[in-house]
Amino acid sequence: MPRLSCPEGVVVPPGAPLLERPVPAGFPSPAADYYAGRLSLDAHLIEHREATFFVRVAGHSMTGFGIHDGDLLVVDRAGTPADRSIVIAVLDGAFTVKQLCLLPEGVLLRSGAAGHADILVAGERELVVWGVVRWSIHKV
Amino acid sequence: MTVALVDGNNFFVSCERVFNPRLENRPVVVLSNNDGCAIARSEEAKALGVAMGTPWFQMRDLARQHGIVALSSNYALYGDMSDRMMAILAGFAPEQEVYSIDECFLGLDGLAGSELADCGRRIRACVRQWIGIPVCVGIAATKTLAKLANHCAKKCLAGSAGVCDFTRLPAVELDRLLARLPVGAVWGIGPRLARQLGDLGLTTAAALRAADATVLSRRLSVQVGRIVCELNGIACLALEEVAAPQQQIIVSRSFGIPVQGLPELEEAVASYIARAAEKLRRENLRAGMLHVYARSSPHRQDATHYHGSLMLPLATPSADTLVLTRMALDMLRRIYRRGPVYQKAGVALLELSDAAASQASLLPAAPDNAALMQALDHVNARWGRGTLRSAAEGVRQPWQMKRARLTPGYTTAWDELLCVS
Repeated sequence: MPRLSCPEGVVVPPGAPLLERPVPAGFPSPAADYYAGRLSLDAHLIEHREATFFVRVAGHSMTGFGIHDGDLLVVDRAGTPADRSIVIAVLDGAFTVKQLCLLPEGVLLRSGAAGHADILVAGERELVVWGVVRWSIHKV
Repeated sequence: MTVALVDGNNFFVSCERVFNPRLENRPVVVLSNNDGCAIARSEEAKALGVAMGTPWFQMRDLARQHGIVALSSNYALYGDMSDRMMAILAGFAPEQEVYSIDECFLGLDGLAGSELADCGRRIRACVRQWIGIPVCVGIAATKTLAKLANHCAKKCLAGSAGVCDFTRLPAVELDRLLARLPVGAVWGIGPRLARQLGDLGLTTAAALRAADATVLSRRLSVQVGRIVCELNGIACLALEEVAAPQQQIIVSRSFGIPVQGLPELEEAVASYIARAAEKLRRENLRAGMLHVYARSSPHRQDATHYHGSLMLPLATPSADTLVLTRMALDMLRRIYRRGPVYQKAGVALLELSDAAASQASLLPAAPDNAALMQALDHVNARWGRGTLRSAAEGVRQPWQMKRARLTPGYTTAWDELLCVS
């Protein structure tokens, strides 16, 4: 069997493919020079890898914003929340997903469904914005 | 050299708090495997007098009285949060040495002296915001001093808000600070060395700093001499960016229930071998020596206490789970005794060598089935650990360790994500 040789300094981990794709033995692929890798959802959905967490939605309070029960939220903690951002907030120690509205009279956490009241954060209540929701992934 | 030591405050507890804000401002402890002893404590738990290593059963009354929350260790979560933290910190410096799960050294040589503390504050703020973990930063001219600076940052002895920069501290003030620290607080000075140094009248970090390095090198060890130099700002320890190759792989666990029969022990040992061999292959190594042990509880020092242990070389170094399992089970049967109640078993793979550079044996040996092992690792990587395993590992595994207070794998399991309404 012929020995496989590599340029000096190249370490091939066991099981790693030596080439990205099989090489045709006959006519060389005209696409080879243009190969740029397949699209990655991770690269598309995640801006800050280290600061991104996945959160599951339970309940129907945000359906008006296109966020449904069971959806998967991509939450980024690296950015600063802006007015009207959809955020994961910690209100008095409990997690909630709401729209953050910065009003002159205080912070309003808006729900997105009838029957779910908005919450005006005032007085002694403690609010921490845990992260900003970037995407909602909904299974159809 | 200018170096920072960054470490997570009460790291395991902090990881839990990120996903459970109700744990804020409450005494929290994280227990070791099998819910044994406290291995991480929140500040509130420390204030109640819970010492590191306190067995859970000994603090039950205190816990009830003060509402201490005790959690099983969720290493999958801590490992992921650690990876995130180290990746964030790597962005702040060209050089990084990951020292443990919750601390790393950063080389800050390019920065001007006036920027250092500010850099420390930015590191703190970034880690806090991105992953919710509070960290402390110690900055100094050597790794040993950076460790001490970090200690001071944590105890708020100097500097402010979790950042302590020794490089900008006037010498007199540094001396005053080090005079307040016991010699045992210095990195590399264990309890025994601390006693020996105490006998020489060196009881504080300041006294050790003022001591003669040459004399101490001669009287105690070269290491101590080196520590004295490091305390004086002369760097003797470089940043080690590449981890030293592993010397051994150990997998050992306490059982969740008392185990007496050989079949349960066999299942446990086979599972530990599978775990160890998987690590071995990931590092592209082979083991030349195998160590197997099983023992009863060390708290039961009566006639029934038993510690069986055996270490044997392999005819040919191997990384094959099945080869190693066969041998480990054979060894276990030789040390097994009927009667004792076993509390813990473990395996260690030793004399590790590079799989690519192994020497062929003169004797015909059972060759590793590399293709089978690769398939095994691929299946388990894709479908979860233990999906494909040897029958020797058993199915129900009733001896598995107890983790009654385990929190969800918030970042490591799709069906255990944080739920928000």
